[in-house]
Amino acid sequence: MTIKKPKNVFIEGPISSDFIGNSIYKHQTKTSIGAHNIFLGQVRSDDIDGKKVAAIEYTAYEDMANQTFHNIREAAFEKFDLTCMHIYHSLGVVKAGEICLFVFVSSPRRKAVFEALEFIVEAIKADAPVFGKEIFEDASHQWKVNN
Amino acid sequence: MLITIKYFGQIAEVTQKNEEQIETSASHISELLDALNQKYKELKNKDFQIAQNQELVATETKLSGAEIALLPPFSGG
Repeated sequence: MTIKKPKNVFIEGPISSDFIGNSIYKHQTKTSIGAHNIFLGQVRSDDIDGKKVAAIEYTAYEDMANQTFHNIREAAFEKFDLTCMHIYHSLGVVKAGEICLFVFVSSPRRKAVFEALEFIVEAIKADAPVFGKEIFEDASHQWKVNN
Repeated sequence: MLITIKYFGQIAEVTQKNEEQIETSASHISELLDALNQKYKELKNKDFQIAQNQELVATETKLSGAEIALLPPFSGG
């Protein structure tokens, strides 16, 4: 038995619309798929005590996070009828308006992808050791907390 | 026992470093934590979880791992 090493889900900087578009394109050869569903996390310019968030800088406990993403992936395949799924998360600085999380699930039928996507995104938010530093326009910062 | 301790996010701001190696005779996570609280006074005001060899553990867990990490609240996505 070979032990599968978890894939690296991290991308340095924002996730580009080219990258996302290309991922969709690459699935055109997989003709058993009848439904895709995509979640895109975008950095929001929150207004906190009169200061605006200009960017989030992401760091992660990468080895543990990749293992966590791997476990979420295994659990999703177990629970839902998926053909494939992909997760990409940014590291480093992602400006407001840019994409920091890209989750892509595919299945023969639509019902599975609606349910799977929510399960996966919620699991990422709760379980992945990823840390976001919200950088304000005046260069001060605070640490983001998921709720 | 020589262990590596990794710090992340706002915990790394308190410790002023991302990781360090320390020699410890602690038998449980809680004892190691006491030592770290001594070394970094601000730590006790911070919220964090502890991972031992990349798995979250309770403070009463036996210290067996070569790699300990102090993880502040997660905020991915």
